[in-house]
Amino acid sequence: MMMSAMPDTTVTKTKTTQVRISGFGGQGIVLAGMLLGKAASLYDGKEAVFTQAYGPEARGGASNADVIVSDTPIGYPLLTRPDVVVAMFQEAYARFRPGLREGGTLIIESDLVHPAEDDTAFHGIAASKIAEELGRRIVANVVVLGYLVGLTDVVSRKSVERAIETTVKPGTIDLNFEAFAAGYDRARQELRP
Amino acid sequence: MTTETDSAAPPLEPRVDTGTHFMLGDHAVAEAALAADLDFFGGYPITPSTEIAERLAHRLPRVGGKFVQMEDELGSMASIIGASLAGGRAMTATSGPGFSLMMENIGLAAMMEVPVVVVDVMRASPSTGLPTMLGQADVLQARWGSHGDYGIIAYSPASPQECFSLTIMAFNAADRYRVPVFLMMDEAVAHMTERVVIPPASEIVRVERKGPDKPPGEERFLPFKPGEDLVPPMAHAGEGYKVHFTGLTHDERGYPALNVPTHESLVRRLVDKIRLNADKIKMYNEYLVNDAEVMVVSFGSTSRSAFSAVHEARARGIKAGHLRLITIWPFPESRIRRIIKMGNVKKFIVPEINLGQMRREVERVTSLPVIGINSAGGRMITPDEILEVIAK
Repeated sequence: MMMSAMPDTTVTKTKTTQVRISGFGGQGIVLAGMLLGKAASLYDGKEAVFTQAYGPEARGGASNADVIVSDTPIGYPLLTRPDVVVAMFQEAYARFRPGLREGGTLIIESDLVHPAEDDTAFHGIAASKIAEELGRRIVANVVVLGYLVGLTDVVSRKSVERAIETTVKPGTIDLNFEAFAAGYDRARQELRP
Repeated sequence: MTTETDSAAPPLEPRVDTGTHFMLGDHAVAEAALAADLDFFGGYPITPSTEIAERLAHRLPRVGGKFVQMEDELGSMASIIGASLAGGRAMTATSGPGFSLMMENIGLAAMMEVPVVVVDVMRASPSTGLPTMLGQADVLQARWGSHGDYGIIAYSPASPQECFSLTIMAFNAADRYRVPVFLMMDEAVAHMTERVVIPPASEIVRVERKGPDKPPGEERFLPFKPGEDLVPPMAHAGEGYKVHFTGLTHDERGYPALNVPTHESLVRRLVDKIRLNADKIKMYNEYLVNDAEVMVVSFGSTSRSAFSAVHEARARGIKAGHLRLITIWPFPESRIRRIIKMGNVKKFIVPEINLGQMRREVERVTSLPVIGINSAGGRMITPDEILEVIAK
């Protein structure tokens, strides 16, 4: 009996984006990756695979959430050369900055990451401070996600909002919407010529 | 009498979580088991299978099933045999260290022809190895791990979606053939999140166990007298039939019969009921096979790297093809023989995260060169590694 879980595809150039979101356990890295992948896969009609790596600690250990978004079925599920790297703390920056594709997008938590002096091609956002101003530091991950989506358009804003609605606790949907909007709007302002 | 607790019991949740999900491989297994009417889970959580037990601990009691966290994997395996003998659909989930501990009772299930589903999420081994890091080195253990000769079925999913569909099939195959059925996942598939479509409950196929054709009491029921398909009908404890189950060599009544002719026919039947039905059981997926000169044979998450490599090889004008094993047991050897007969294939490549276990199976059916690409575990084999060997 034959099955086609991995459909045949013609050999064409396809658009694939590799995103790595890295931070320490407790920063909501995994949720940010999950929302991004879900938005692409369920609401943008794309293919997406989400994988994660984390230390044994519940909080404090290094963790990263990896998402591949593609127009065609994804074979190898792990990142080879990220197009986007988000570093939410210094160790994550040190570890993953070198892997970023040349000309790729680097995003840092500007209060927690101090980039090398010669490293000027980055986008910084004080996500934790912005989240605190919104009422809860815990939504810093969604602020960063909004910023990432605003800068890269890897998924649509609408799809992330649907992903938020179907993923987070009902009582926190509005807070997460605000957090996403804060990051997204900041990115759009920066991109404005 | 209706007690207060009865009337206060919360209503059951639906078993089938119909819809399109962005779901972890392990969770897809748990949801499939629920959709397949799982009655009982007995297990001892171990990474990277833990999320299966975790999800079922939450969900199974809410759909009317029973979840028991057992004292160890010996007990886990024993508990699902008992649940199955009582008529329930029963499952456990583990990883290599637990799979080893289950081997004794897996043999018992094979000998007593008890349908059970055992999920083994493979991590780097031997022994406790690299917990929560990838391995694919339990595949021969699934086939030969318990002592003696017996037949089993083992599926190898390559995506969370397939974790769902193959878990449903595993339950049906276990009931259809009265054997232990293994879902041989690997860590990469277990911990990968992708789109999983769960169909409506009405579209979930359930194959029932073959039961006695007479009501209890009238005529003696022979619980180990096989039909033409070599599978005996199964009567469950409490249905009124006289049944006796033992790991000793037994006659058609199920009673110990410690003699050579009985042993010869019983053990041959345990092997033949899978061997002779292999064409109905085996599953594979092919990609660009017909004109292929280089054939990559793979299973599990490694198939995804193989798929990418073959895709890229074709883009470079190399005639590469991909045969993905969905059942690793029975091994689809007749299909490989047919591919060889087509006359184009010059070499086989078998990438796997062990030091050559399935490569031996391919070597067994061909005299063409068979090249292994191997890792002892802890990481995926990349498409580039496979491409390099394809292009050589």
